[in-house]
Amino acid sequence: MKHRLKPTQYAVLIGVMLTASVGDTFLSHGMGQVGQVDIHHLGLLLIAMKNPWVILGIVLLICFFACYLTALSWADLTFLMPSTAFGYVIVALLGRFWLHEHLSVYRWLGVLCIVCGVGFMANGPSKTEHPELDLMDAGVGR
Amino acid sequence: MTAHPHTSSLLLTWLCILAVAVLAVTGEVLTAAAMNQIGDFDVIRARSGMKGAVLAVVSNPAFVFGSLTMMLNFFMMLFALSVADVSLVAPATASLTYIGNAFAARIFLRENVNRRRWIAAAFVILGVILLSK
Repeated sequence: MKHRLKPTQYAVLIGVMLTASVGDTFLSHGMGQVGQVDIHHLGLLLIAMKNPWVILGIVLLICFFACYLTALSWADLTFLMPSTAFGYVIVALLGRFWLHEHLSVYRWLGVLCIVCGVGFMANGPSKTEHPELDLMDAGVGR
Repeated sequence: MTAHPHTSSLLLTWLCILAVAVLAVTGEVLTAAAMNQIGDFDVIRARSGMKGAVLAVVSNPAFVFGSLTMMLNFFMMLFALSVADVSLVAPATASLTYIGNAFAARIFLRENVNRRRWIAAAFVILGVILLSK
């Protein structure tokens, strides 16, 4: 049962893909406006918190965290890794077809590689079953 | 002691990248361990409602430590982005995090990282590096 994802679970995965990459793009844009933070001016990090792009980025990353935690409750960490990377593909494609940016051959190859990675993962089971250990060992996180 | 300025900034850049990756892997493995302990979110929500589900998550020690680590990771990433270009920091931290996660998930979470998953991870790492070109 656990190996077949429900439609709502696919929706959560899409949430993971979209929110992380768009949030990162916003943060990157915002930090570009804030300017360089060096080791002697760490206070600038607090000023960065007032930048609307940084705030929007943080809001999206909070949404990402909620989707990500939900997904982790029924999927393995290594299963989710390619899904989060697929966000980069979405950003690249948005850049190409919406903002009409130029995508180099390298970037198209990168898109292809990540799509292959996701394809490899999507065909496998989403969760490793641990019938005997479970609660005892899962807590040993580190 | 006068280090060559170029060498020292390169060292700082890579130390930042490594710190971002280590914090990311630690945070993600801890939160994954927490969610493993808690179990399927949908089931808990059906049993004790959204409030119960949120309470189960935020009262889990592994989750608390994991999210603190992720917060440190976030600030470290902001710092790293100000020290070096996003075109280096983003793919370098992402690929190191993917490699670290695959090993850590296998060792600490006992996930079945089989050949399929290693191949997927390799494709993703290569893809992330190519995308930043």
